[in-house]
Order: sequence, then structure tokens, then C-alpha cells
Amino acid sequence: MTTSHEVSLVRGRSRILTRFGREVNWGDFVFRRSTALIAGLVIAALAAMAFAMIQASRESLAKFGVGFVFSSVWDPVRDIYGALPFIFGTLASSLLALVFAVPVSLGVAIFLSELAPSWLRGPVGFLVELLAAVPSVVYGLWGIFVLAPWLRDTVEPLLGKVLGFLPLFQGAQHGFGMLAGGIILAIMITPTISSVSREVLRAVPSALREGALGLGATPWESVRVAVLPYARSGLVGAIILGLGRALGETMAITMVIGNRAEISSSLFAPSYTMASVIANEFTEATGQLYLSALAEVGLLLFVVTVLLNVVARLLVWRVGRLPEGGRL
Amino acid sequence: MLGAYARRKFTDAFVRSACVLAAVIALIPLGSVLYYVTARGIGSINLDFFTELPKPVGEAGGGMANAIVGTLKLVFLACAFGIPPGVLTGVYLAEFGHSRFGKMVRFSADVMSGVPSITVGIFVYSLVVLTTKQFSALAGGIALAVLMLPTVTRTTEELLKLVPESLREAALGLGLPKWRATLRVMLRTAAPGIATGVMLAVARVAGETAPLLFTAFNNRFWANGLNEPTASLPVNIYTYAVSPYEEWHRQAWAAALVLLLMVLLLNISARLLVRSRVGAR
Repeated sequence: MTTSHEVSLVRGRSRILTRFGREVNWGDFVFRRSTALIAGLVIAALAAMAFAMIQASRESLAKFGVGFVFSSVWDPVRDIYGALPFIFGTLASSLLALVFAVPVSLGVAIFLSELAPSWLRGPVGFLVELLAAVPSVVYGLWGIFVLAPWLRDTVEPLLGKVLGFLPLFQGAQHGFGMLAGGIILAIMITPTISSVSREVLRAVPSALREGALGLGATPWESVRVAVLPYARSGLVGAIILGLGRALGETMAITMVIGNRAEISSSLFAPSYTMASVIANEFTEATGQLYLSALAEVGLLLFVVTVLLNVVARLLVWRVGRLPEGGRL
Repeated sequence: MLGAYARRKFTDAFVRSACVLAAVIALIPLGSVLYYVTARGIGSINLDFFTELPKPVGEAGGGMANAIVGTLKLVFLACAFGIPPGVLTGVYLAEFGHSRFGKMVRFSADVMSGVPSITVGIFVYSLVVLTTKQFSALAGGIALAVLMLPTVTRTTEELLKLVPESLREAALGLGLPKWRATLRVMLRTAAPGIATGVMLAVARVAGETAPLLFTAFNNRFWANGLNEPTASLPVNIYTYAVSPYEEWHRQAWAAALVLLLMVLLLNISARLLVRSRVGAR
């Protein structure tokens, strides 16, 4: 046996007996225990976060119960709070973002991992990652002064004219609203979805591709019949991770969605998200119940994003462990 | 037969161009953001921006010297609180992470990286701001550190796992105890890669706004020490952008240019660091 334990014997350092009576280097013992202690901080931090959120929203939880989620009255003056408009705004803007971002991101991922010539993969991949490096608030600034005016003057009149018979495209055209929110979220989650998808596609054994190509498939056919079925659950995971980011995104969407607590069927109408209402009202909230209601909105957001993350990671993780050629 | 073949070739070409199109669409916003921030930022930036305090509404001029210093302060605090525990947790996961406890830590780190930054803000607010009874750079720094922690942890772990085991065996064979082999040989070999990961994490949190809104808050003047409300570039961009004043919008673009340059420089140099190492190998 040539383990570190014997090394310590040779050096004659101070020794500690483990549970099983083996001699251990004193430094190793301390090293392992102290890093474990610090690692435990991560679990503790997550637990403390959950605890602090529940603690902060206790009053609102007790007063409004389940009704909080279904009521659309948000009235600080009368001290009555319901989160429905914010939940609606968050869900609708995130789903809209997925509608825009999923095809683009999957296209980018397939392009980068399967179809692009190798000299192009590095630079394009780099630029897509830079998209994720731009701070949220800078997207927000761009959204206010570039995106929203463009939507108001060009896109929304056009949509209103062509598709105006649908309730989705009716009403006043401000530029600021659900459509702007969805687009800005889509821009921000595209790098997330495409980089995770790219990793997932890379984890697909290349024997599968080669097999399909060897049987005479075109590059796209090899992707469609060999790669995508194998990677499917991981791609779903990537999309869910993107959804998680969209739900929790705060600054950019706060700056363009219009911040009005209304539920409207039109994409042009202003809306409000859970993260936005916290960002806007938390420091100005007077009164325990008001603060507590805002904290409960935060708690809901926390719970939903944690659940989504757990599911997504399990899905992504599975692809790397599939047997070759295996299906789910 | 040939018809079917031609159709398959056509589909292939079609999908390929759709993928190229997707890449182009994804990059248009990046181009537009970079263009507008540069174009409008450069016109609004001057020496005063870096040296003066903000002027009251209605007065032209002034700068964001306090916010620039504030951002540096916050990032420094975030590094001080976030990097040491992050790296050590990563070391633990790489060395002893196969236990049930290790799996729990890894899982918590992954979950934590998906927690919205605004809820981290609420968490630190109730943990630090309510306890110390004031908004402070300290609280802001802690919030940013919490956001950094999972990234630093997982990067450290992944990079330590890439170091060849033969290095460890050589160190142990020379009589080093395990802990010194880990710290002196393994960690040192992985250090440049870890530095890259840490720089990316720093670049990420330097632009964070949401968790600062109710931790570091804002300040129109210089903040003394770490226990006062502190201005930062991201929060200033937000406040200035949503204000109704033309002059403030101008300043917001200037601040966005400075922030973006900081973040992109960190980000790009981190990536180049990795590339040069890979190229050298």
C-alpha cells in the first residue's frame, strides 16, 4: 500500500487516528474537515435563503393564504395585495421570450456544433457568449432608447395593420409593453440556451453521426435522425434553464415592459413582472404587510426558479450518461 | 431517384442556411447594443465624468466619480467574500466530492446559480441591511459575492479535475502529504484556468443591478468607508435612464459605455488567457 497515510508515518509528523484506527496526517485531517466546513456554507446559504424568504413573507402568507396567487388587487393604500397580474406578466413575457429564443438558439447550437466550418465555430461561439456578458441594465437602456421606439414606430403599426384582427395585436402602440419585454428577454436567454444546447450536442457520441453519414445521410439528416433524438432531453433541459433565467430577469424587463399591473390580451399593452414589482417597490414600501407581500412575490419566484433548475439539471445531466444509441 | 436525392440536398442546404440565419439573428442585438452604447456614450463622455460628483437636476455637467469608485469597491468586496470560499469549496468537491455530502454541495451550488439575482437582494437585505440598520457597500458586496460563489466553485472543481493524476502521484511519491500535494501541485497547475473562471464571474457581477437596489442602494455623494449607502454604475444607469431628464439620459449612455468597457475587457482578456494557454500546449 502506498497511500498518503504511510507517507505521513515516514515523515513522523503528529498523527491522528481516524474512526477505524488508521493513522492520518494531521494536515490532511484539518484540510479535509476545514474545506468540508466551507463547502457546507453553500448548502447553508441556500437553506438560509429559503428560510429568510419565508420569514420575510410570513405576515402576507398568514393574511392572504393561497388567495394571494389568485387575486389581482394590488393596493398599497388599502393594504390589500394579490400577485396575479405579476405572475401573469412574468409567465407571459417568459413564454413569449421562449417563442423567439428557442428556434434561434437551437439553430445557433446546431450550427456551432454540427454544421459550421471549423474556422467559424470559435469566433461565432465567442460572439454569442459576449451576448451573455452585456449587463442586464445596458440591455434595458438600449431597450428604452432604441428597441421601444423602433417597435412603436415600425413594428407595432405593421403588425397592427396586417394582423390587427387578432386580439394579440390590438390597442395603443407605446413601444413599451409585453412585446418589448419578450424580445429583450429572448435576447438575454439566447446565449444560455445555445451554449447549454451546444454542450449537450457535443456529449452525443460521434459514432452516431458517423454511422448516419456512412449510411449516406446528408449532414442535416445525420443531425435529425442520429443526434437530435439522443440529445432531446438535454435540449429540453437547456430550454428550461433559459426559462428559469427569463423568469428571474429583472432590470432589462423592468425598463421596457411598462410596469402597469394589468392583465391584457394584447402584446402591445404594458404589463408588470414579479421581479419588476420587487425592484420598483421594495425600497419604497412602507408598512410591514406591504414589504411582506413583496417578499412573498420573491418567495414564489425563488421556489419556481429552484424547481425549474432542478428539473433542467437532471435532464441535461442524463444525456452525458446515456448508453450509446440509447433512447429515453 | 435523382429527384429524391436533389430534394435531400436541397433540404440540407435549406437547414444549413436557416442555422446561419439563426446565428445572424442572434448577433444583431449584440451589434446594435455595441453600436449605440459606443456612439451615444462617446459623445457624452468627458473628463468631468470621471472626476466630478453628480450635479443636481437641471444643472448641466457633473460626473459619476463616486459611482465608479463605488463599483470598484463593491467588486472588490465581492471578490474578497466570494473567491476564497468558492475556491475552497471547489477544492473540496474535486478532492472529496464523491460522498453524499459532496453531491449535496454540488447540487446546491448548481441550484444557487439559477436563483434570480433580485431574490438574492431580498435575502441579503433581510440578513445584513436589517441587522446593521443601513444600506451599505458591505451589504452590496455580500450580495454580489453570493452571486459569484456558485460559478467560482464549479469552475474550480472542473479545472482541478482536468489536472492529470500523475502530477499528484509524483508529488505524493516525493513524500508530500495529500493536502500539500493538492494545494501546491494540483491547485497551482489549475490556477490560470481558475483565474479565467473567476474573471468571468467578476465580469458577470460587476454589471449586476438588481441585487444592489436594496443592499448598496445609491448615494449622490462620496460614501465614506463601507458602511454607507454607495453609488454604483449599474444602479446609476438604471436611475438615470428611467428619469425624465435629457441630461441624465446622456450621462446614462456614458456610464453604460464605461461599464460595458470594464465588463467586456475583463471578459475578453479572461478568454484570451485561456486561448493562449491552450495554444501553447
